[in-house]
Amino acid sequence: MDTTFSTEDLAFRDEVRAFLAEAYDEPLQARLADKSTFKEAQIEWQRRLNNKGWAAPGWPAEHGGCKWTPTQGFIYENERSAIGAPDVMPFGLKMVAPVIYTFGNDEQKQRFLPRILNSDDWWCQGYSEPGAGSDLAALKTKAELDGDDYVVNGAKIWTSYAQYADWIFCLVRTDSSGKKQDGISFLLIEMNTPGIKVNPIIGIDNRHTLNEVEFNNVRVPKANLIGEQDKGWTYAKALLAHERTAIAGVAHSKRSLEEIKEFAKKEISSGQCLADDPMFRKNLTDIEIDLMALEYTELRVLAKAAAGGHPGAESSLLKIKGTEIQQSVQKLRLDVAGYYAGIQTDENIGHDFADRARIEYMYGRAATVYGGSNEVQKNIIAKFVLGLK
Amino acid sequence: MNFDYTEEQNMLKDSVARFVQDQYDFEARCKTAALDDGFSRENWNTFAELGWLSVPFAEEHGGFGGSVIDTMLLMEEFGKGLVLEPFLSTVVLFGGLLSKGGSAAQQDAHIGSIIEGSLQGAVAFNERQSRFELNDVQTTASEAANGYSLSGEKTVVFNGLVADKLIVSARTSGAQADAAGITLFIVDADAEGVSKTSYRMMDGQIVANISFDNVSVSADAVIGQVGEGLALLQAVVTEAIVAVGAEAVGIMDKLHSATVEYTKTREQFGVAIGSFQVLQHRMVEMFMECEQARSILYRAACSVAGQQQEADKDVLALKVLIGRAGKLIGDEALQIHGGIGMTDELDVGHYTKRLMMINTLFGDADYSQQKFAALSVA
Repeated sequence: MDTTFSTEDLAFRDEVRAFLAEAYDEPLQARLADKSTFKEAQIEWQRRLNNKGWAAPGWPAEHGGCKWTPTQGFIYENERSAIGAPDVMPFGLKMVAPVIYTFGNDEQKQRFLPRILNSDDWWCQGYSEPGAGSDLAALKTKAELDGDDYVVNGAKIWTSYAQYADWIFCLVRTDSSGKKQDGISFLLIEMNTPGIKVNPIIGIDNRHTLNEVEFNNVRVPKANLIGEQDKGWTYAKALLAHERTAIAGVAHSKRSLEEIKEFAKKEISSGQCLADDPMFRKNLTDIEIDLMALEYTELRVLAKAAAGGHPGAESSLLKIKGTEIQQSVQKLRLDVAGYYAGIQTDENIGHDFADRARIEYMYGRAATVYGGSNEVQKNIIAKFVLGLK
Repeated sequence: MNFDYTEEQNMLKDSVARFVQDQYDFEARCKTAALDDGFSRENWNTFAELGWLSVPFAEEHGGFGGSVIDTMLLMEEFGKGLVLEPFLSTVVLFGGLLSKGGSAAQQDAHIGSIIEGSLQGAVAFNERQSRFELNDVQTTASEAANGYSLSGEKTVVFNGLVADKLIVSARTSGAQADAAGITLFIVDADAEGVSKTSYRMMDGQIVANISFDNVSVSADAVIGQVGEGLALLQAVVTEAIVAVGAEAVGIMDKLHSATVEYTKTREQFGVAIGSFQVLQHRMVEMFMECEQARSILYRAACSVAGQQQEADKDVLALKVLIGRAGKLIGDEALQIHGGIGMTDELDVGHYTKRLMMINTLFGDADYSQQKFAALSVA
């Protein structure tokens, strides 16, 4: 057991730092922060990563992955988060791509993976439905074969960034006769296909991230079916474990805590620096200690995965703890902002952290719901780890 | 980066696990606790024969040359069996001070005896007023002919009843809470002027309050440098926190799995109570806290073993988290066991009481969190 960095690890860290310092430049930061240029800036950022060969570290090397060790992945995430550089949009690179390279045919791999790698297509995820949330397998959006096409009818909801998307990967029902988990298929649908309508949903953060996506007699070529018809649930489950591991957000929470410490040093409360307030310190260190532990929980899971294990039920633990910590961090940031926590304007008024404090806190409520609610994760652990029926 | 044990470490772990499984079931443990010493000398000899007492000592002293990682895996297995034998006091604390600060003569005189099982040691660092502050020392050591004269009282000395030798912190200069001016002395437990009152703690171990009334010690009884004992003591306590952290993780694992197994067999309302979602989610919380405690243990052990800059902070975080996780897991184990959890005859309460004792050792969770905060928001 040893967690010290090797000479090679330290050299890699230097390489990451040097790359990030150049690639994540100020003009790009400004464009990322501006709603009107966000999409193009995010794509630009992902392409800079791809030019370096770092857009998809976790992919198999043959498709463009990095072959990083868990330590290198850890170093990259920490360095990226430490300077506030955004993660890639997960829907293409982290969610649908693993399904395509694991379960797709050669033609699909050649058709989709290079475009995902270079962020040529913006993807979104069509899983939840108005009647299928935690009980995802109850989904009803129907796909019926008609000649060489599936005809899709139904609706998906809570679809993040569907307004930007070129493609959506969907779970659709192709058979209703048996168990609800059987008869689900995994279908890739181009968003400009006639019959698709995107309805915006304004969130409690007052922003437009979420959408409802309607499908009315949408014709999708059979060639866009991943794997076998009716076997989509198996593929989706494999993907969900990846998704849950990815949403722990440890490095991001670490960076946020450090920011909050700096803000707290500047705030004066009752004549003393907020950073010296015992209540604040208790709240801060409660989170920090949990996070220090979770960082190692994540490393243990990654080390196990690198040794040939699969991210299984442990990824549920990462999801639960990671999102609980994210929400605690968001609460602390909001508390530090004081009155300015309520600011709801694009103008730069009051404290520079205030608008972000509100947005992160409000949007952050979703983290314990998406990717399978934390309560569902607990059911998964109870069943598959503790063996309770 | 890796979290694997070496082959040698796996063998050590297996040998302790086998001993606990075969010879230290709960019934045997109760009989051991009832012995006059609070532990079994026979078991102690077995530990010596199996080489466990040699684990952290350097090879030049006949030791195994292990690090805190080796001590950690041993202590975790001890935790699972609620082992009473004073490994922590004699080997980790007393032996640790000799290893880190003892002169060649002191090391030659004592380390071999510890390894062969013939010497019991204790470190007397608590006083009635000191709470968790190692630097709050009223016991004095004044210069006298050929050495020093020790006076004062140490409380809650672990292994204080049977220890043949004591290492005592005493003030040779400075004010009561000064960091400088504390000196460590090795003293015969039966020296003239040493008297003790022993008593039992709720986890079964026997400790003592030990008074020193003008006890003469020679100048060569000083461990380390005169006036600089605090840093030495802190360094050894840091390693001891990793050791009790490992013991706590072993206990928490045991409590958690015992609780899960119990709910699979205990029936109420015509079904196994483990089928109730409200209990399932509580046991998942226990599971997550166990895993988090294990993670912070590995973090602290690796950074102490690697002498990393963050070691002090990591060890404090470990102490906070095992205190907090131990409280949750102990309480939940009792609650989910229901009425039977309240009884002395079930092992669950005994595991919980040991977790409570570990929380207070070397500074409880609240105390440790304050120290952590001072490092975190510096």
